[in-house]
Amino acid sequence: MTAVQKRIMVNRIALGFSTLSAVIALAFLFWILGVLVMKGMSALNWNIFIFEGAPPGYIESGLKHALVGQLILVGLATGIGVPLGILAGTYLSEYGKNSRLAHTIRDISDIMMSAPSIVIGAFVYAVIVMPMGHFSAWAGAIALAIIMIPIILRTTDDMLQLVPGTLREAAFALGAPKYKVIKDVVYRGAKAGILTGVLLGIARVGGETAPLLFTSFNDNFFTTDLNAAMPSLTVTIFNYAISPYEDWQQLGWAAAFILSMFILGLNILGRIILFAGKKGK
Amino acid sequence: MIDKIFFNFTRFSALLILVIVAWIFVVLFNHSLEAMNAFGLDFITKDEWAPNLDKFGAQAAILGSVISTFLAMLLAVPIAIGVAIFLSEIAHDKVKSFFGVSVELLAAIPSVIYGMWGLFYFVPIIRDIFGGMGIGLLAAGIVLAIMILPFMAAVTRDAMNTTPDILKESAYALGGTQWDVIKDVIIPYAKAGIIGSLILALGRAIGETMAVTFVMGNVHHVPGSILDPTTSIPVTLANEFTEADSSLYFSSLFGLALTLLIMSFVVIAIAKFYFLRKARRA
Repeated sequence: MTAVQKRIMVNRIALGFSTLSAVIALAFLFWILGVLVMKGMSALNWNIFIFEGAPPGYIESGLKHALVGQLILVGLATGIGVPLGILAGTYLSEYGKNSRLAHTIRDISDIMMSAPSIVIGAFVYAVIVMPMGHFSAWAGAIALAIIMIPIILRTTDDMLQLVPGTLREAAFALGAPKYKVIKDVVYRGAKAGILTGVLLGIARVGGETAPLLFTSFNDNFFTTDLNAAMPSLTVTIFNYAISPYEDWQQLGWAAAFILSMFILGLNILGRIILFAGKKGK
Repeated sequence: MIDKIFFNFTRFSALLILVIVAWIFVVLFNHSLEAMNAFGLDFITKDEWAPNLDKFGAQAAILGSVISTFLAMLLAVPIAIGVAIFLSEIAHDKVKSFFGVSVELLAAIPSVIYGMWGLFYFVPIIRDIFGGMGIGLLAAGIVLAIMILPFMAAVTRDAMNTTPDILKESAYALGGTQWDVIKDVIIPYAKAGIIGSLILALGRAIGETMAVTFVMGNVHHVPGSILDPTTSIPVTLANEFTEADSSLYFSSLFGLALTLLIMSFVVIAIAKFYFLRKARRA
């Protein structure tokens, strides 16, 4: 075999391996997706949206409690996390810029983005659940908000920096005060990007289970009391999946399917908005 | 006036991040003091975890975290690099964008679902092949590997994509095959970025709770083989936090949480500040 033939062979083998690994990865991931869709679809029916949790064996059992609880928890977390994240990102991009403090905040926040979420749960347990003496929706929402802030902060910071400095200067030249420049010029320019960041942030915390285990805990019944334990889709999936009852496991698959569709939907929507925003310019 | 208020609001929010992070460390440290005083170094070197005797040694949990993460990396790294090469160099544009987006979307699927799938579909397979219970380190490592694969592949691909086209084209012009270009141009160029991405994925895997809680078993013993059920730090926390009944038990769990936080903080910081910063500068 000549040297050239050998190199071509090695090339084929290496590329073959890389394609093979892509196929293997895709096979596993579609296996999971396939199971999720098959199991989830077959377990879906109207009862799920009408009834709340029931002991195993009841026909009239559903996921209404978990669906509503999930919306409340994620809604509260969004209400707390998004304003804080956007304001903090604004500080970094518009005031802090390249100062030492701004860089420190960026670094710490970046690390927090990948920090173990269960530890956040333990922290919130110590500072909220223990003093209050009981689990609560507030505790769960705050845990989720702490996870959300670094994500929103990062995208806001990045997106605001993309707004050209000349736009800001033009507004300043018209005599606008800084907050007005930020509010009417910078935010407007970065609208699509910030919105995408918010959607991705919501999608990220929507799938979190670990920080909720000992903050909002769980409840098998419908509740809107923010000072009591609050059911969530994720914790319900966990509890139903490890239970020995087949009908609970079925409901767990249905919950898993609904949750995944919700999160994938948010991700896709975020991408569409970002794409449309880019195209518009 | 409004200007000042707005400025102070933004500064307050930004500083809040630092406050929260510092607060997390302080709170976890304070709550784990009791266990640290009671056990000292035994806390991380002994594996006797007996709530009824008020004896807590976290060695099994720490080892479980390290070994399951190591197994996951062992399985996921070669495949993730393969996928990244496929995505950045081999696939045609249409395949690339479809495949690329699906990898990114899969990275968004909640980990509890990977865990559930592992419990119902993967554990029986391991049980059939290797015997035993099926749940244990091997199952945890594999499920963890599958879970971090999309994230790992996506960030590794991004690192590879930073190689300037002109460098690749010069190598092709010299008669290099695709593999020559990958091995001698892209990988050396993007080395720091690739290593950083892989370590970042490792940092995520260490702290992952839900994907492994289902399949680990929560048994506090240093396992004799990777087929034995054992536990990891997040698994122990998830299973026992709401059941702890003595203050020493609680304190030990907080000690575990602090250990985990420090482990992942260090790993992520190495990835971000050493490798990824170097990659950006290059």
